[in-house]
Amino acid sequence: MPANYFVPLQQKFGDAVRVEEFRDNLRVIVTAEKIYAVLTTLKDQFGFNMLADLAGIDYLGYPDATDRFAVVYVLMNANTAERIFVKTYVNDPDPELPTVTNLWRGADWMEREVFDMFGITFPGHPDLRRILMPTEFTSFPLRKDYPLRGSGERHNFEKLTRAEG
Amino acid sequence: MPLEALDLSTEAGADQEFLYTLNFGPQHPATHTTLRLILTLDGETIVKAVPDIGYLHSGFEKLGEDLDFNQYVTIVDRMNYISPVANEIAWHHTVEKLLGIEITPRCKYIRTILAELARISDHLLCVGAAALDLGGLTAFLYAFNEREKIYNIIEQASGQRFHPSFTRVGGLMNDVTDDWVKLIRVFTNSFPKVHADVVRLLNRNKIFIDRTKGIGTLTKEEAINMSCTGPIARSAGVVRDLRKDEPYLAYGELAGSFKVACSKGGDCLARYLVRMEEMVQSVNIIKAAVENLPSGPVNLHTEDKLNIPDKAATYRSIEGLIQHFELFMWNRRFETPVNEVYGAHETANGELGFYLVSDGSAKAWRARTRPPSFIHFAIFPHLIEGHQISDIPAVLGSLNIIAAELDR
Repeated sequence: MPANYFVPLQQKFGDAVRVEEFRDNLRVIVTAEKIYAVLTTLKDQFGFNMLADLAGIDYLGYPDATDRFAVVYVLMNANTAERIFVKTYVNDPDPELPTVTNLWRGADWMEREVFDMFGITFPGHPDLRRILMPTEFTSFPLRKDYPLRGSGERHNFEKLTRAEG
Repeated sequence: MPLEALDLSTEAGADQEFLYTLNFGPQHPATHTTLRLILTLDGETIVKAVPDIGYLHSGFEKLGEDLDFNQYVTIVDRMNYISPVANEIAWHHTVEKLLGIEITPRCKYIRTILAELARISDHLLCVGAAALDLGGLTAFLYAFNEREKIYNIIEQASGQRFHPSFTRVGGLMNDVTDDWVKLIRVFTNSFPKVHADVVRLLNRNKIFIDRTKGIGTLTKEEAINMSCTGPIARSAGVVRDLRKDEPYLAYGELAGSFKVACSKGGDCLARYLVRMEEMVQSVNIIKAAVENLPSGPVNLHTEDKLNIPDKAATYRSIEGLIQHFELFMWNRRFETPVNEVYGAHETANGELGFYLVSDGSAKAWRARTRPPSFIHFAIFPHLIEGHQISDIPAVLGSLNIIAAELDR
């Protein structure tokens, strides 16, 4: 099991990495500064050549939470089918993480979705635009301070007249 | 006035590129679902393709934070509506992983059968629709006739054809009957003939092969680097299948009954062939599962206080009534660990994963879906660039993009 990766990771990065385990998920929690270095190490040295998923989470109001956002990288080794979960926290006012599109091209749309839903930016991303919401949308709908019900954002949209449309 | 031959090379526009932009969709018969492509064309050759998605975005993940684990199954159903049962099983697998529930052996086998039926249903649609787009209507009709039988089986079990919402935390809505098992036996007996018909219609069909072979080629390295899973990765030579790698449900016990279908081609034809072979393997799994279907309860015992008791227990026993009350009152419901878990299933399109964060209440704090269609549509520009505009239906058909799952 992937437990043997932690010793070299901890030797290399020291206190920046920490380990959690729940059910069969083994999580490495990394500080935002070291995230790119840790992911590069995992890809190049330990063969995690596939990014299975990239998820954003908003922890506003979560029990005992100290950080606002988290981003989880689900890595997979396509040769041995091992998985490892790398998690990092980012905070307001300017949540940003380095892009991993140059490590895994599959991260392109996943990072765009996290940006679209949570407003976490990924400097270095080749094309960081909204992906699911319309371009004129101003909020980030999966943030916890965005309401579930209500009239929504329609009043912000530009009205097209028949002549223009 | 006599005509003069112009020397074009000296004209001002001679070095201009004659590229033009074409909007493909969002409503277009070849896309089948609501998705839009902004194509930059040089004649009929695609120079650049930019997918524009989000037309069907309806905030499923936000709803997942408001509905409890049993209610959200109706939303999960509507993600990949071609094989809804597979989504339900994957969702409740993740919830049960979070709660630490081990479901009963009978439930495992029934869920395995349903998941494989969903896979066959999805592959039949994909193969049929891909053939339809390339001009082969007959294969489409054969495939859809067979899908109808799968809908009958699902209706017999759950009472609904399209969106059955059949699974519950810790079990199923109800147990299946012997008639259901008979229907499955009839299906597994009749399916190989239909499969052979489709094979005879398409596998040596010159038009079909000309339009799929060498189109949309994906190499193994690209498939891994671009996060592809499922038939798309396997057709490019990635030998990964979660049913074998992380055996869930009854796949561990049934591992001897099926093989993983792979190919090295990586093109549309290889994806078609992998899907066809997977259907054969799925029928083998269903046959083995039906013959080994354990008896016993399908739900956990009421005393475990985890699953919704059936109607008989609710109305006729005090324990059942209390349990029903406990699970449906807003201030009661499940007690969950304050933690997070990722669970993934091998569905027809690829790895369908849920990243479930729980704050201790009965509702998910975050119900992230890893939708295979979303990840596979991201590789579409890479596959199509350099090909002709008429190759779009072939590539789209082989990727099997379901827009409801793509946009959620």
